[in-house]
Amino acid sequence: MAGAVRLLYATKSVWAILCALLVGAIVIMAGGSDPIAAYAALFHGAFLEYHGIATTLVKMSPLLLAGLAVVLPLRAGLFNIGAEGQIYLGALFATLAALYLPAMPGWLHIIVCSLAGMIGGGLWALIPAYLKAWHNINEVIVTLLMNYIGINLISYAVSGPMMDEGAPYPYSAEIREELWLPHILPRTDAHLGVVIGVGLAVLIYFVLERTSIGFSINTVGRNPQAARYAGMSVRQHIVWSLVAGGALAGLAGTYEVLGLKYRLFHMFSAGYGYDGIVVAFLSGSHPLYAILAALFLGGLRSGANIMQRAVGVPTTVVDSIQGLVVIFVATSLAFRFEQSRWAHLWRRRKDTDAALAGAGKQENP
Amino acid sequence: MIDVLTDPTLLSDFLATALRLSVPVIFAALGGVLSERSGVYNIGLEGMILAGAFGAAVGGYFAGTPLVGLAVGIGFGVLCALPLAVLGVSLGVNQIVAGIAINVLMLGLTAFLSRVVFHGQGNTMHLDGFMPIAIPGLADIPVVGPVLFKQDVLVYAMYALVALSYWIMFHTRWGLNIRAVGENPRAADTAGISVPRLRYACVLTSGGLAGLGGCYLVLSQIFLFSEHMSAGKGFIALAAVILGRWSPLGALFACLLFGVCDALQLRLQFANPEVPYQAFVILPYAVSILALIGLVGKPTPPAAVGLHYQRESK
Repeated sequence: MAGAVRLLYATKSVWAILCALLVGAIVIMAGGSDPIAAYAALFHGAFLEYHGIATTLVKMSPLLLAGLAVVLPLRAGLFNIGAEGQIYLGALFATLAALYLPAMPGWLHIIVCSLAGMIGGGLWALIPAYLKAWHNINEVIVTLLMNYIGINLISYAVSGPMMDEGAPYPYSAEIREELWLPHILPRTDAHLGVVIGVGLAVLIYFVLERTSIGFSINTVGRNPQAARYAGMSVRQHIVWSLVAGGALAGLAGTYEVLGLKYRLFHMFSAGYGYDGIVVAFLSGSHPLYAILAALFLGGLRSGANIMQRAVGVPTTVVDSIQGLVVIFVATSLAFRFEQSRWAHLWRRRKDTDAALAGAGKQENP
Repeated sequence: MIDVLTDPTLLSDFLATALRLSVPVIFAALGGVLSERSGVYNIGLEGMILAGAFGAAVGGYFAGTPLVGLAVGIGFGVLCALPLAVLGVSLGVNQIVAGIAINVLMLGLTAFLSRVVFHGQGNTMHLDGFMPIAIPGLADIPVVGPVLFKQDVLVYAMYALVALSYWIMFHTRWGLNIRAVGENPRAADTAGISVPRLRYACVLTSGGLAGLGGCYLVLSQIFLFSEHMSAGKGFIALAAVILGRWSPLGALFACLLFGVCDALQLRLQFANPEVPYQAFVILPYAVSILALIGLVGKPTPPAAVGLHYQRESK
């Protein structure tokens, strides 16, 4: 009995997601559509169909990298709400490297572009990181505001100096074909970005859980006073974790260009930076669970389009479901087995058993 | 550009635009001040503005009168703040996460529901709104008269609310309690103040105020609802809370500063078509960051903001 209840508590995130989908069903019904048909189309399209899976992986790549961009600073106690802007800056630097650097072998150029993207995102994160570390200015607000500046900067770049000749819409020239990321599923858009994202998630997990660098980042996040007392530079850890987060977001932007769009577009990111916060939260800021969270949200995003075509439910319903998922999962976190009535009653029963056993011994010596 | 300063009508127009642009942000920032003073981060202001705007449009559309729109808009704002109160105050979930969830949810929900409710015509309908009422005498003062006293009801409500919240915050027992709960909830609790009840009240009121900001957008400014019409105003309001040092008056001036930047931005955009417009669009955001950096002395937020309070913590 207690085992079953304990299992119920252990899988609470799953129940929370189901609750969110249930409320989402009510929203879909309010829109005058059949929720079962809508969900069937969504999940079948996202996870059970070849091209749908490919689209899920395409969406998963920026979601996972942006999620990691939030996870890493979060471990040091910082909220990186600026992944969106860092994605744009990363994409800008990568595109500049792709278009204007002298010719070199394709594979090398891809690596150079990736590094450029990481530098772009990292530099954009350096500003809030510096302000936080040296002037104690709230990083939430600075990263938030810098998103708007970043997005407009790229908007200026692609409608001005970088705009492709004769383009009807603000975008840059196309990057040459050797720089396109290899596809991982034939005849689809699914590109290497998602594999790199998973690789980085594993690497970050390893660094955070198994190395002294990770240990000190976690210590700074949990207890900066103790970290300082132990001789760790709190400032340096704050700066480097946020800059590393920015670099990861920059990579997310880089692979949107190298893997999917092949150009830098005006307003190309569909809020992936903000979705990254959701990924980080759903994963409990654990890099490996971030893979699952990004897969789930990527599936929602890719399935949404299929659902819209099949059942006519607008894709915006997926934003609502995503918000509901966060609210329900957040609520579920407050329910802990150890603090529940069940655990209480279970302990009481054990105590009774123990008392009876003790009494039995005394009565029958 | 200089003509704005020399020509009284132009100056008056310019200041009126600045005020109009800052009004929704002021409402939201007042909510932010209230919520953060009681110890709860409200990153969800953006979503609450959106909820208020949507409510105002729905109410105004079906009842045909802006007053009903106003009531529904404020109601939606309060409703939208409820998850933040439950998650952040009762359940101890991270308040920033709860706020972001509200923003994500409202972005999707209002976009989806506006298509359902307005049959895809959210961008074309025209709602009845509040019209400017000139206050006799005061409206005739040169330059500032028409700016301050030829406005609609909601702007006058804004003046009153700024004054009222300043008075409540610093001159009444309620305000003292709110500040006590935000600075040292344990001490406040010991003194017999119910921490959760006060925080609930502040968070829900802050939702209502942000909702009022949304109402202003729909009922006084644009007269229709469009997807994501809050466009970052809630985030600017958050910056204004910090710049204004968690005081209603300070927040008011911070918001007016943003309003002036925004109005300047619009003017510069029209006056200088050869300069890329993005340079002007980033102006309010850049100014807020610079203002945060240039703040004389360090801003000290309420000591217990963002922290969950539990009576019996182990």
